[in-house]
Amino acid sequence: MITSHLPILQVVVPLMAAPLMVVLRSGAAAWTLAVAASWTALAIAAGLFLEVAGGNVVSYWIGSWPPPWGIEYRIDIVNAFLALLVSFIAAVVIVYCRESVRAEVPRERHYLFYAMYALCLSGLLGIAVTGDAFNLFVFLEISSLSSYVLIALGRDRRALMAAYQYLILGTIGATFYVIGVGLLYLLTGTLNLADMAARLPAVSDHRSVLAALAFITVGISLKLALFPLHLWLPNAYAYAPSAVTAFLAATATKVSVYVLLRFYFTVFSGSGIFDDRPLAPIWITLSLAAMFIASAIAIFQNNVKRLFAYSSVAQIGYITLGVSFGSVYGLTAGIVHLFNHAVTKGALFMLLGGIALRLGTVRFDAIGGIGRAMPFTSFGIVLAGLSLIGVPATVGFVSKWYLVLAALERGDAWLAFAVVGSSLLAVVYVWRFVEVAYFREPTTEVARLREAPLSMLVPAWLMVLACFYFGLDTGVTLGGAGAAAESLLRGPR
Amino acid sequence: MTLANHYSYWVIIFLAIAGLYIVIARGNLVKKLVGLSIFQTSVYLLYVAPGKLIGGTAPIVSPQFQVYSNPLPHVLILTAIVVGVATLALGLALVVRLEEAYGSIEEDEILPQDRDA
Amino acid sequence: MREYLVLRVIAKMMIAFMLLFALYVQFHGDFGPGGGFQAGVISAAAIIFYAVIYGLPAARRVVPEWLVETMVGAGVLLYATVGLAGIVLGGNYLDYFVLDSNPVHGQVRGIFWVEAGVFITVSGVMLKIFYLFAGRRRNEGPET
Repeated sequence: MITSHLPILQVVVPLMAAPLMVVLRSGAAAWTLAVAASWTALAIAAGLFLEVAGGNVVSYWIGSWPPPWGIEYRIDIVNAFLALLVSFIAAVVIVYCRESVRAEVPRERHYLFYAMYALCLSGLLGIAVTGDAFNLFVFLEISSLSSYVLIALGRDRRALMAAYQYLILGTIGATFYVIGVGLLYLLTGTLNLADMAARLPAVSDHRSVLAALAFITVGISLKLALFPLHLWLPNAYAYAPSAVTAFLAATATKVSVYVLLRFYFTVFSGSGIFDDRPLAPIWITLSLAAMFIASAIAIFQNNVKRLFAYSSVAQIGYITLGVSFGSVYGLTAGIVHLFNHAVTKGALFMLLGGIALRLGTVRFDAIGGIGRAMPFTSFGIVLAGLSLIGVPATVGFVSKWYLVLAALERGDAWLAFAVVGSSLLAVVYVWRFVEVAYFREPTTEVARLREAPLSMLVPAWLMVLACFYFGLDTGVTLGGAGAAAESLLRGPR
Repeated sequence: MTLANHYSYWVIIFLAIAGLYIVIARGNLVKKLVGLSIFQTSVYLLYVAPGKLIGGTAPIVSPQFQVYSNPLPHVLILTAIVVGVATLALGLALVVRLEEAYGSIEEDEILPQDRDA
Repeated sequence: MREYLVLRVIAKMMIAFMLLFALYVQFHGDFGPGGGFQAGVISAAAIIFYAVIYGLPAARRVVPEWLVETMVGAGVLLYATVGLAGIVLGGNYLDYFVLDSNPVHGQVRGIFWVEAGVFITVSGVMLKIFYLFAGRRRNEGPET
C-alpha cells in the first residue's frame, strides 16, 4: 500500500524532517534525522527508479484531485534518474557533513544548518518529481532560499556578499520563470506540464508562446549558470561551507538542467516553435563559450575552490552542448555528463573540504606540498581531476566520448575537436594542483597537518571510486541516460 | 483590440522594467531589494489581472450568477507573495549581516574591501 | 516608552481585540475572506505592538524565544501530518475527503487543521523575524 505513495513521500520525508529539527533544537539529533531522511529519500528514489525503468509512468494525484485540476506528480525515467542522482549525492554528503560542519559552522546553528539542508533536498527532489509548472516554481524557490542561507553560513565574510548576489540573480531567474509560466497559463489555461504540452500546438501561432519560451529559457539559464549568466556561481561555491559546496555543485545546477530539458522536450516540442528558429546555434555558441572561457579563467585562479567553481561553469557547457544537438546521442551525452559531473565535482569539493578543515584555506600559495601531508586527500583530488579531464576508464571519458560521437553524427568534426581542445584546458588547471601539491616543498605549517578524518575521507573516496566504477561499468548510467534521452525525444506522452 | 484595452499589461511592463532597472542601476543593497520586490509585484499583477472577468463574481457557486472570476491565479499568487516575503526577509537579513561585517551597504564600498584578498 | 501612559493604556485595551480579531479571521476563513495567513500575521502584529510599547524584554517574557521557534516548526509539522493522515486513512496525500465518513465534513475538518498549522507557522515566523531584527545591537559586532 505504501509503495503507491512513493512519489509524495520522496518530497515529504525530508520536508517533515526539517521542521522536526527546528522543534528539537539539537545539533546531534538534527544530524541523525538528516541522515535518516536522506537515506530514506535515497531508498524511495531507488524504488521509483526500478518502478519506471521498464518505461512505466507513475502518476500521483495530490489530494486525490485528478489532473489537470489538481497537482499531479508524474514520474518517468527522466525524473526518476534525476531524483536518484540528487538523493544519492545528498545521502553521501550528509555523512560527510558531521565533521565538516562541526568545524565550519557555529555550534548553536547546527540544527538550523541541517534543517536548511533537508529543506534544500526536499526542494530539489520536489522539482524532480512534480508535473505541475507552478508547483515546480515553489520547489525551485524552496531549494534556492535554503541554499542562499547555506551559502551565507560560510566562515568568510565574502560568503555573505556571494549569498546576496546569488539571491538577487536567483530571484530574478525564478521570477522570469514565473512570467513564462504565467504567459503559458494565460494561453492554455493549465499548469499541468503534460496537459500544457497537449494544448500548446493549438495556440502555437501566438507570439506569446515565443515570449514564454524566452522568459523560461533565460530564467532557468540563470539558475543553471549558463555561461554569460554564471556570475553568481564562482563566489557562491568558493565561500560556502565545504559540505554545502559539494552538495550544491553536484545537484542544484543539474536540477535546473532537468527543468530546461522538461520544458524544451516535453512542453514546447509539440508546438513547432523550434522549427525555423536558430536556437541550436545559439545554444552551441554559448556552450562553447562556457567550455573555453570559463576553463581559461579557471586556470588563473588562486583559490582552488574558485578554480573548480569556474570549471563547473565549463562543465555545464558540455551538458548544454550535448542537449543542444537534440539527437539521441547528444542528449545521452548531456544526461550522462550531468551524472558524471555531479559525482566528480562532489568528490572534488568534498576532498577540498578536508584540506579546508585541516589548513583553514585552499589557496594555492598556502597548500604547497600538501601531497605529502595529506596523501589520501591529494591523491583523491588528482584522480577526480583525471575524471574531470576525461581520461579513459573514468566517467568523464564516457560522457565526452558520447559528446564527440554526437558531434560526428551531425557531421561537425570541428565541434568534436572543440570538446577535445577544451579538455586540454582542464589538463592545465588540474596540473596546477598536481604541481603545487607534489612538487613544492611543504611549508612547516603544511608539513605538520594530519590526514582528514575518516568520516570525511570515506564518503569522498566513495565518490572518487564511483568516478571509476561508472567509468568502467557504464550499464546503469548509459542505460538510464539513453532511456531518458529517448523518452524525452519521444515528446509528450 | 487597442492599446488602451490592455492597460493592465502596460502597468505590468512598466513595473517590471522599473524594478529591474533599480536592481541593475543602484549600488545600495537595500534599494536593490526594493527593486526586486517591485519586479516581483509586477508578476503578481500579471497573474491576478487576467483572472478577473468583467461582470464576474466571486467563484462561489450560486444559481443567481452565471459568470465567475477565476480563483486559481489568486491562490497561486498568494503562494508567490509568501515566497516574495521570504526572499525579502532573507535579503534584508543578509544586508544586516553585511553591514556588520563591512560597515556599509553600498556595493562599491563593500567590494573593494576584499579586492586584495 | 515607559512614561507614555496613554499609549500603554490604549495598547493594553487594543491588544485583546487584535488577538480576538485574529481568531475571528482564522475561523471565519471558511465562509469569507480570511484564513491562517492573515490571522497569523494579525496575531503576530498584536505581540509586536506589545513589544513596541512595553519593550522587547517584556514581549520575550510573554512569548519566549523557544516558543516562537517551536511554533515555526510545529505548524509545518501539523500541516504535513494532516497530509499523512490522508494516506493512513486510505486516500492520497492531503486527501481531505477521507478524513470523515462524510466527505464534505472531511473537507471542513482537513481545512480546519491545515489552517491551524498555517496560523501557527505564520505567526511564529513573523515573530521570529521581528525578534531577530529587533534583538540585534549595532555594537555587538558580527557573530560569525
